[in-house]
Amino acid sequence: MNVFAMFSNLIYALTAETTGAASGVLSGLTFEPMNFVRMLSYMGKGMLVIFVLIGVIILVTLLINKVFSRKK
Amino acid sequence: MEFLKEFSILYENLFAYQWQNWVMVVIGLVLIYLAIAKEMEPSLLLPMGFGTILVNFAASLPEEYVGPIEVLYNAGIANELFPLLLFIGIGAMIDFGPLLSNPKLMLFGAAAQFGIFFTLCMASIFFPDLDAASIAIIGAADGPTSIAVANELGSQYVGAITVAAYSYMALVPLIQPPVIKALTTKKERLIRMPYEQKSVSKLTRIMFPIVITIVVSAVIPEATALIGFLMFGNLIRECGVLDSLSETAQKVLANLVTILLGISVSLNMVGEQFLKLDTLLILGLGLIAFIVDTAGGVLFAKFLNLFLKKKINPMIGAAGISAFPMSGRIVHKMGLKEDPQNFLLMHSIGVNVSGQIASVIAGGIILNFFS
Repeated sequence: MNVFAMFSNLIYALTAETTGAASGVLSGLTFEPMNFVRMLSYMGKGMLVIFVLIGVIILVTLLINKVFSRKK
Repeated sequence: MEFLKEFSILYENLFAYQWQNWVMVVIGLVLIYLAIAKEMEPSLLLPMGFGTILVNFAASLPEEYVGPIEVLYNAGIANELFPLLLFIGIGAMIDFGPLLSNPKLMLFGAAAQFGIFFTLCMASIFFPDLDAASIAIIGAADGPTSIAVANELGSQYVGAITVAAYSYMALVPLIQPPVIKALTTKKERLIRMPYEQKSVSKLTRIMFPIVITIVVSAVIPEATALIGFLMFGNLIRECGVLDSLSETAQKVLANLVTILLGISVSLNMVGEQFLKLDTLLILGLGLIAFIVDTAGGVLFAKFLNLFLKKKINPMIGAAGISAFPMSGRIVHKMGLKEDPQNFLLMHSIGVNVSGQIASVIAGGIILNFFS
């Protein structure tokens, strides 16, 4: 049994889901290491969107600076 | 005997509380202590601490009882009104001048949002997706965004998330320096960045909040309210014809809303809901978010230095987290400590305000993904 599976079993055994209690000390907690991998796609997409949008904002700001800069 | 019976009836409520309620009362007192003695985000932690005491003593009342804090919560937090109103005040406080002088600084604001997405991955191991997304947004280092996103996603952990977000913002002077030092060499910290002051026209300052609102809202409609209220506040500041309103937004409005926000958020700090291992885990994940945010900004600056002739001091990347203006000042102080002639303030503050914009965008992206 690998380490992840051991931890998973331990945490799962402690959660309210296993005991059936509605509000245990660990209520709502799970241990799903593979979710980290699943969420990596959101990380990639999120950072890409932020950089692209910030890039657009930089271009727009440069444009605003140029168009509305003080005439000397 | 009759007297003793009446006496015991009078005080029977003392035994109606759970141990968790008493622990929360102590936590409330600690928050008040931190606010007053340590001056850690006092405008928020003090009402939050006092509210925590109130809600835990009200916990023994019948479930159908709707107290004033719950009324405030429903009026201002459940519908996200308070965080958005606070954004008007924050927008009015921000001077985008340094950023407009050097717009490229905004890239660091983007890089420093990495902690949000890394924490999303980490939190998803232990929490359902919506709660994980809400916890991740602690990394925005921006209280109103954290509250608004967690609330919009219907997270049951709004209280813990708020406590984590504001506590770590107050602890930025302790969290960031070791991370920055660990990731930079002395030679890098000594890099000087002369500031070339460029004049920014009034029209540019007026157009900036309007254009940013249009661009961000068009791409991420979920961020419209967050960016819109922030930029509305800034427009009041920059338009030049609403000076008294600008001053009111910066001081009176911001202070009033912060008090109401703090005391309303404490509704989520009732013992049985708050004292769980979940809360401890959220505090840990919040700390990870701040550390990875800082690392993201610094490492991105180091990466850019590989290609730049005129090197950037990588410390300014750390100011990309939006804890404004603390983060910018810390970087400046660290620069001065290394070299008393190394003035990084204008650069770090420019990066810092870009972090404010980027964190709001990140909040909108999280909402877009998960709501």
